[in-house]
Amino acid sequence: MIIEQAPPLIVIIVLMSAVATPLIGWLRKDLCYPWVVLVLLASTCCSVLVLNTVIHEGVIHYYMGGWLPPWGIEYVIDHLNAMMLVLITGSSLLVAIYSKRSLEAELPDRTVSFYTLFLLQVTGFLGIVITGDVFNLYVFLEIASLSGYALIATGEEGAPFAAFRYLILGTVGACFYLLGVGYLYMVTGSLNMADLAELLPALYGSKVILVAFAFFMVGIALKMALFPLHMWLPDAYTKAPSAASALIAPLMTKVAIYIMLRVMFTVFRPYFSIDLLPVTKIMLYAGIIAIFAGAVMALAQRDFKRMLCYVVIAEVGYMVGGVGVANAVAIKGAILHIMNDVVMTLGLFLVAGILAYKMKNHEITAFDNIFKKMPFTMAAFLVVALSVIGVPPTCGFFSKWYLIQGSVMAGNWTFVVALLFSSLVNIILFFRIIETGYYDFGASGSGHAHEEGSGVSEAPLSMLIPTIVVAAAIILIGLYNQSIITNIINFAVPKL
Amino acid sequence: MDFIIAKYNYLIYVILMMIGFYAMIAKNNLIKKIIGMNIFQTAIILFFVSIAYKKGGATLPILTHADAHGEHAIQVAQYLNPLPHVLMLTAIVVSIATLGVALAIAIMMYRKYHTLEEDEILKAIK
Repeated sequence: MIIEQAPPLIVIIVLMSAVATPLIGWLRKDLCYPWVVLVLLASTCCSVLVLNTVIHEGVIHYYMGGWLPPWGIEYVIDHLNAMMLVLITGSSLLVAIYSKRSLEAELPDRTVSFYTLFLLQVTGFLGIVITGDVFNLYVFLEIASLSGYALIATGEEGAPFAAFRYLILGTVGACFYLLGVGYLYMVTGSLNMADLAELLPALYGSKVILVAFAFFMVGIALKMALFPLHMWLPDAYTKAPSAASALIAPLMTKVAIYIMLRVMFTVFRPYFSIDLLPVTKIMLYAGIIAIFAGAVMALAQRDFKRMLCYVVIAEVGYMVGGVGVANAVAIKGAILHIMNDVVMTLGLFLVAGILAYKMKNHEITAFDNIFKKMPFTMAAFLVVALSVIGVPPTCGFFSKWYLIQGSVMAGNWTFVVALLFSSLVNIILFFRIIETGYYDFGASGSGHAHEEGSGVSEAPLSMLIPTIVVAAAIILIGLYNQSIITNIINFAVPKL
Repeated sequence: MDFIIAKYNYLIYVILMMIGFYAMIAKNNLIKKIIGMNIFQTAIILFFVSIAYKKGGATLPILTHADAHGEHAIQVAQYLNPLPHVLMLTAIVVSIATLGVALAIAIMMYRKYHTLEEDEILKAIK
């Protein structure tokens, strides 16, 4: 019985607990942390269960309240969103475990409201991914975004302004999405994705459909920070509290890419998105430009977290460009890269949070001698960095491999050049940090760092363990990539 | 001209939306930006309500005596579609929540920088 109800439980457990968190915080403030970890653990178990069911028994349809689609709201879980569910719940669980000490340092008097927003944010992500209804998706998108704005606004100096900018642009993005829904509803009278997919092919010549599609794509591109619509991202993610940026940075952009895939390949048929319109061509070039721009701007940054933000922007270019190449191999690469990028970005921002916790600062110049001081953190960082660069045993290599293979098959050499260029730039980016970290420059270090001398002062365990788990996950995904592809990703690739 | 009169509600929606968009882009004051954002969202509500509307003798989709004249009670081409209105109830809630968060962030900034002008805040952050 529990197994039948597992799909809605994934969302409901988190949503209801978000509402209950202020009450628990009101009773006892320190109960919030175990409560949130417990809730996310339960949700993670449900989503792993669902993924397992999907792999063995195929797509799950869950009808809310027994109302059949297209009238009722339907939850549809296929391989793509089962994978996303596990990624979202798993990474939010890790961030929740990690958040304790970093919150004590950064937001000591706001833990209760932080955890409430944290759970609401996770609810939003899960809802976006699990639902089979375009309007329901809009509502969850706004839940995720609104709690994201609030989380970001609690950060350091300048964070409210960054959050405000994000809010304005994010609202425009969501409104465009809503307009797209409106235009589709106007001609079809349906909001259910599967039903829309049935009704739309007869109308593919219509201008209304074109307008709807354009609104969808622009709105989602704003949400995923596709260059040149990325303006809100670097400030917002740099200035957010470490725990919040570790939650939002890996997931928000990837969830937006998931929405893009859904709209392109589920609501609309692949032949509409690929053959009828030049959308994928535009996406390919948008992706290439995003990769170049993100990589070049990352080079110019002196702040570690800000540099990571531009790495995120370049990675968005990988996935959008990969879908833009529009053959099965490249889309396989793009979907695998969604998975890898969640894990890698999570790892990077967890390390950034640890460094910010220890150094009270995220300038790269403050990082001298960190390899000696924090050997385990930096070992994890090295694994993540190698994966972002794309070195074979780690997972980053394989998705890049499929992307490059796909674009070679399609004859898109510019995209190949962009991917290789980005790898080269990533080498420079991360070796700059490794270089600073290995040597003791002395002069630039802050005073108290020197008094501690060369002794090991590792991050607290609650922060260290999630980081190491992520590093291990990167290697494991890399080693088992073949079985992940055959069991999950091959089913998620649309039939072209 | 007939086209304008027939579709005036859609034109108003576009004009309102552009007014809101302009305010979000061009205004320097944060509260004006927030108001612009709200106008933008309201325009979309107008759009959704317009698509539900039918001119002249539209019926209500109510199933009283459905067993007697089921055919007449629900003819898709005739009744006013209530669903967009329901969707807009949700969208209104979303837009109010957005407005609330935006105003809260504006208050946060006012407490810190004692101004709501964008350029002055940017100067204070740098």
